[in-house]
Amino acid sequence: MGLVLSGILYVTLIVFALGLLRRIVRYASTPAPLKIPTTPAPTTRSGVVFRLGREVVFFESLFKASKWTWLFGWLFHAGLFFVLLCHLRYFTEPVWGWVALIAPFSPYAGIMMLVGLAGLLSRRFLVDRVRYISAPSDFLMLIFLMAIAGSGLAMRYGLHADIVQVKQFALGLFSFDFGYLAFNPVLVIHLLLVAVLLLIFPFSKLLHAPGLFFSPSRNQVDNPRERRHIARWAKPFDATRSEKYRG
Amino acid sequence: MAKPPEFDIPEAGDYIFTPPVMPDAMSHSQPYVAKDVHQEAIGFPGELIDNWQQVAVDKLGELTKKYRGLQVYLDSCVKCGACTDKCHYFLGTGDPKNMPVARQDLLRKVYRRYYTLPGKYFPKLVGAEDLTEEVLDDWYKYYHQCSQCRRCSVYCPYGIDTAEVSMAAREIMDTVGKGQKYCNEIIGKVHKIGNNLGLPEPALADTLEGLEEDVLEDDGVPVKFPLNVKGADILLVTPSADFFAEPHIDGLIGYAKVFHQAGLSWTVSSHASEAANFGLFIGSYENMQKVAVRIREAALELGVKRIVFGECGHAWRVGYSFLNTLAGPFDFLDPNYPVPQHIVEVTHDLMQQGRIKLDPEANDDKRVTFHDSCNVARASRMGSKAGGQFTLPREIIKASCNHFYDMRADTIGEATFCCGGGGGLLTDDLIELRTKGALPRMQALKELNDQHQITHMAAICAICKSQFAKVLPYYGFEMDQIISVHQLVGDALVMDTEH
Ligand code: HEM
Ligand code: HEM
Ligand code: SF4
Ligand code: SF4
Repeated sequence: MGLVLSGILYVTLIVFALGLLRRIVRYASTPAPLKIPTTPAPTTRSGVVFRLGREVVFFESLFKASKWTWLFGWLFHAGLFFVLLCHLRYFTEPVWGWVALIAPFSPYAGIMMLVGLAGLLSRRFLVDRVRYISAPSDFLMLIFLMAIAGSGLAMRYGLHADIVQVKQFALGLFSFDFGYLAFNPVLVIHLLLVAVLLLIFPFSKLLHAPGLFFSPSRNQVDNPRERRHIARWAKPFDATRSEKYRG
Repeated sequence: MAKPPEFDIPEAGDYIFTPPVMPDAMSHSQPYVAKDVHQEAIGFPGELIDNWQQVAVDKLGELTKKYRGLQVYLDSCVKCGACTDKCHYFLGTGDPKNMPVARQDLLRKVYRRYYTLPGKYFPKLVGAEDLTEEVLDDWYKYYHQCSQCRRCSVYCPYGIDTAEVSMAAREIMDTVGKGQKYCNEIIGKVHKIGNNLGLPEPALADTLEGLEEDVLEDDGVPVKFPLNVKGADILLVTPSADFFAEPHIDGLIGYAKVFHQAGLSWTVSSHASEAANFGLFIGSYENMQKVAVRIREAALELGVKRIVFGECGHAWRVGYSFLNTLAGPFDFLDPNYPVPQHIVEVTHDLMQQGRIKLDPEANDDKRVTFHDSCNVARASRMGSKAGGQFTLPREIIKASCNHFYDMRADTIGEATFCCGGGGGLLTDDLIELRTKGALPRMQALKELNDQHQITHMAAICAICKSQFAKVLPYYGFEMDQIISVHQLVGDALVMDTEH
């Protein structure tokens, strides 16, 4: 059991890592030939870091746009982030002090995730505009994340998994020492769903997470007059190359 | 009032109303297709080529490799819906394909089909589609219902800018031979004659001379309108509408008066007698650069020290954000001034230095509001601080008139609504779209008007001015209620009669 699951997780982790890396390399190496920050934009690098920080932590633009989407979206992401931090307890030995400290609150974060996801899902059904733009995958993605959170919570509140064993299993993933994992159907579902999540991440809209950092409308400094900005592919027909245009 | 249009004009209500989704409400709207002469003049095939599907798909792939924005935007949208009620064309028409995300999806579904794994193997699941004739038709219709105003990009959590997607789509359509007549014909004229209107040098000289006479007659001041003057300090690059259209021309007179009163030497160039750069609208870097380089050539030829842009929204975007990239570096100009400068920056500086004096009482008959033009607001800056594009024009207006009122906060500044005619849509074949797209702005104006009896709305964009002159009457206002900011300045400017 443990071996099969480990195998699946390895494969999906590799797909995830390579797929994501490929995307990030693609983003990083594709030039943004023109200065297109959405203005008013920061005029310094540190200002841009601050702007992106506000987008990541507070979803600033979304807050301006729609308070309900913001609320549900933020609940979900904050919950997800907190749950993942708490999950570090399966992968660290000894468990880091602060992880041990926050771990008891993980179920509440899990519930936050569920509430957020349920809100986002109902928006997709109830708001005609959002319904119009939703493809089947958009509904499925939410249901699927609810299933991950739901299966996690089910282990906490009902069909308990043997945490010591889970931990051995998880640590084993790092040391290539595959522990025996007692068959707990909920845990198996949880882990299989996580595997699927890893698999689809680099090929789906989940690319929004790296995408935000490469979005020229958010990550560019507003300084086109002060600093000349020119893309590699645009250089061959740069005006100054031709004698006629020289100053 | 113009002859009544053949469609229902929406009524501006008490608040901006988000309409229910009405599929295909605007599926009949599309601009005239460019003729072969217009296409070929700017380097595109004359008509739809035989293997257009393949070429279009390849071009899409090429563009995602050339533009990081496009690549990231096509990948990143989570369909959160935050942008769905932000586009004035959706608010004015209810056509769901005018929701920014749905507009992007017209291209994204093709991208997904040909360039992503899930789209190749599970197209239905992720909403991927083959590029068919219907899809191309939709592209042509709905990418010409986007004024590239960037309002959607303000609200998108990743800054996804539908304008960029529209530009890419238009470039793809041009590449396969399905261009838009209005834009492409105009770009051809700029390449050939130097301005959008095809106004040749002698006609321009005549017009400017006429203006000198008019101003002398009206104000008794010998204000000059120099053309092609070598050795002038300032090259003024202004939209060609400023030379003859109302209310633009009063803006030009305003700039001239400011230059005159401050004792600045300036000139217009017949070679670069157009600030607007329609290359932007069709997403063509090459055409945009070719148009932009005329300004460099004119500056070199005339030996000026500074470049100043007149009131033109998209021109200012290309000027402020792209000119240095497209036609720079401008190290041959006076390093004490940014290149280029906006006329509003020039006037504002002069005002602060006390080199010009404005008497707001001259405009006491007016109760004024200001329309932030979309591309100035969300794609450029003025002055040294972020947001100067909002404060500088307002400071000038307030110094020029005593009664100034702003429209609702969520319709100005970065949240401003497009006039409805930007991005290459200012053509009569799209008048229904233009009228309906103006609805949110008209609503906000009406609301302010009900409180403060607004007499004039000032703007700093040639397109906004033309568009409002056309659509204001449809909403119960007068066409001359739209004015240039520099008309207010010109009227308030205290002039020495001997100079
Ligand atoms: C840098 C990290 C991330 C940022 C800044 C971010 C931000 C956002 C924002 C602003 C939204 C739109 C609002 C909403 O619908 O919730 C969103 C949607 C979404 N995010 Fe993230 N996200 C991040 C990471 C992730 C990760 C790691 C996941 C994966 C599990 C994820 C899954 C989703 C999903 C599924 C949606 C769509 C929700 C819907 O269908 O309405 N996000 N994200
Ligand atoms: C290999 C990776 C993972 C392992 C081994 C794992 C294991 C577990 C286990 C054993 C529990 C039950 C905790 C308890 O009973 O106290 C749990 C709960 C949970 N898991 Fe995971 N999980 C993994 C990845 C993920 C991921 C990627 C997500 C989110 C997308 C997630 C979301 C949750 C949630 C929401 C809960 C319930 C809240 C809680 O009790 O912490 N898990 N997980
Ligand atoms: S750029 Fe402006 S016109 Fe185009 S979709 Fe966005 S809001 Fe609408
Ligand atoms: S706001 Fe951005 S992410 Fe959300 S639906 Fe619109 S384009 Fe997509």
